[in-house]
Amino acid sequence: MTRMTWTPPPPFEPRDDRPADGAAAPATPAGTSTGTPAGTSAGTSTGTAVAGTTPTTPPSPSPQRGPRSWLTAARGRTLAGFTLAAVLLLVVAPAVLPDFRLNLLAKFLCLAMVAVGIGLAWGRGGMLTLGQGVYFGLGAYLMAMHLKLTDAGPGGVPDFMLLYGDGTVPGWWEPLRSPVVTLLAIVVVPVALAVVLGLAVFTRRVRGAYFAILSQALAAAFAILLVGQQKVTGGTNGLNGFRSFFGYDLADPVNKRMLYLIAAVTLLVMVAVVRLLMVSRFGELLVAVRDGENRVRFLGYDPARVKVVAYAVAAAFAGVGGALFVPIVGIVSPADVGVVPSIGFLVGVAIGGRATLLGPVLGSVAVAWAQTSLSESFPSAWTYAQGALFILVIAFLPGGLASLGGLQAAVRRRRAPDGTTGDGASGSAGPATADAAGRPGGLTAAADAADHVAPVPPTHSVEPAGRLP
Amino acid sequence: MDALYSQLFAGLSVGSVLLLAALGLALTFGQMGVINMAHGEFMMAGAYTAYVVQGAIADAGVSLLVSLPVGFLVGGLLGLLLEVTLISRMYTRPLDTLLVTWGVALVLQQLARDVFGAPNVDVRAPSWLSGAVDVLGLAVPKARLFIIGVAVVSVVALALVLKLTPLGRRIRATVTNRDLAETSGISTRATDRLTFFVGSGLAGVAGVVLTLLGSIGPTLGRNYIVDAFLVVVAGGIGQLRGAVIAAFALGLLQAGIEYTTTASIAKVLVFVVIVAFLQARPQGLVQVRTRSLA
Repeated sequence: MTRMTWTPPPPFEPRDDRPADGAAAPATPAGTSTGTPAGTSAGTSTGTAVAGTTPTTPPSPSPQRGPRSWLTAARGRTLAGFTLAAVLLLVVAPAVLPDFRLNLLAKFLCLAMVAVGIGLAWGRGGMLTLGQGVYFGLGAYLMAMHLKLTDAGPGGVPDFMLLYGDGTVPGWWEPLRSPVVTLLAIVVVPVALAVVLGLAVFTRRVRGAYFAILSQALAAAFAILLVGQQKVTGGTNGLNGFRSFFGYDLADPVNKRMLYLIAAVTLLVMVAVVRLLMVSRFGELLVAVRDGENRVRFLGYDPARVKVVAYAVAAAFAGVGGALFVPIVGIVSPADVGVVPSIGFLVGVAIGGRATLLGPVLGSVAVAWAQTSLSESFPSAWTYAQGALFILVIAFLPGGLASLGGLQAAVRRRRAPDGTTGDGASGSAGPATADAAGRPGGLTAAADAADHVAPVPPTHSVEPAGRLP
Repeated sequence: MDALYSQLFAGLSVGSVLLLAALGLALTFGQMGVINMAHGEFMMAGAYTAYVVQGAIADAGVSLLVSLPVGFLVGGLLGLLLEVTLISRMYTRPLDTLLVTWGVALVLQQLARDVFGAPNVDVRAPSWLSGAVDVLGLAVPKARLFIIGVAVVSVVALALVLKLTPLGRRIRATVTNRDLAETSGISTRATDRLTFFVGSGLAGVAGVVLTLLGSIGPTLGRNYIVDAFLVVVAGGIGQLRGAVIAAFALGLLQAGIEYTTTASIAKVLVFVVIVAFLQARPQGLVQVRTRSLA
């Protein structure tokens, strides 16, 4: 990696588009120096790129900074939605649903955890990740291995290894006998892989379709590896037949209910984390990177770091979701982690609204529920339904169901006398203008609207080479 | 020495299959930025075309030769239908086309399962393609040689079309600079449609020759689509040269690693190699130079 180091006042070189590294640490929420390059680059050959953000007139009423009361309308709505979700999940569902249905719901919540991460990486960050099954699978297999080892007892050998292998536990399994190591590994291993892959890919500006294809290839390779190494992974059958979960008997319905509550609380925490991330400076940067990566770079940030952080958070969520999936469902196999399930995660996110807070959760739970009930009675109908959902939602309703509400809001705004704020969020069908000149005020308007509306990600900003943007 | 030759040949053989699968993808991805996940299902359609044609024409040799152009037509028409109905609405959102075409792929797979049944079916290979010939002291299956031949013919034909015909000129102009092509009086919409037809047709041809390698099923395409996309990514877009080199490089690499380890580890290592390769050339092997920001 050849990188320029930051040399102080930049005599602007028109054809040098390298990021000014070290000028800013995007992940820190506190104010870092940002505006320097904007003033110097105006009027050069790339001047159009920053035309929308010329610093002479700062965007006037910034919604978060004004001297308003703490409980703004957006905050109130989010808080109300969050509280409603918490009450439904923690009080109503356990009281109403029988054990079997509650366990099913717990499984859906695990899938929703992956969806929350995808909402962050894809909906807010514009990274179409087709390989979340890998991180889900890493978390799931790590947990499954730990459960297998504890079931086998101290020094024991898991049953399937006696069946397929030579009856010895491989060395890299041994640390997973410890519950602490396992719990750490469930988060650390997916994050580590995501950071390594993210750094390798994003710093070289491999993005858009290239990134999507690479993430898909990762999922394919991971599933093939799991199948191929039957002696240590259980092969196609996967790992199953767990008896206890950290000392609690998995056959006991009370413990199953406990698992449901753990999953529900975990999911709520994740949603809260995403919300906090999105209202922070990092969240604004992430949306800005999605809408105009080059502009963010011109402002002195390193978009790669922003993307890596979001991608790693998504990986961590998927890993935790996978880890909880295992005791709840009782089996994990390569069929849960390959290319097909990895892309399957996306449909719920797309339906709920990829750039909304609760949309991915509601969408993925609804899709999983539909899948379960449809494929019980009409196995082949579900495949058609899933295909049709992909086609209809992505092609005709890219903002998801949440954008139906957003459309109303946009109409209201347009009718309002001062209708200038809605541009960035409602311009979904805008022409494929150049990346930079496209959406005036997109940086602030998109972040502003990110709380409740689903601004359709303008994916035309990720042009493949060979076409001028 | 024999082992080396046989690995080399295995690599060439894998590479030619990959090339056939990736050729059409490179074309459509390069021109329109559209990622067609249903490409694998067009291959599957081509394979089932060969199966249906063989049902009509008993002689295996004749039916294979008839299947090749018919498979091209079937794949091409499916592609044209997809382009006109869905993809043409989504040119401003290339990433979303990936998911829409994935939906199409799911539907086509299930359709094949409902029409032809879930179990795999077999297409008889003609007698003149069974057995092996002796090349440099190595017994080489004739079917594999035939596939390499079809791949070579396809590449040469496509290169000639791109280089010499008016259509090819229009395609190259559109790939290089869409706006300029449009202002020069080229109907880029019509060009897009034709490109999609040709690219999908090549998938159909690939499907037909794949029937020589084994039995075919509804998920035939899914097994090839990921690798085919990797070829396109590694090869770079906009020119055939990259796809050709990348396909054979990946084929040889896969065969070589499989020879020393196992097939599953080979997949992972190939992935690592590609990510490492993209560190050096993020746009792939062959890049069309523009002055736009990368």
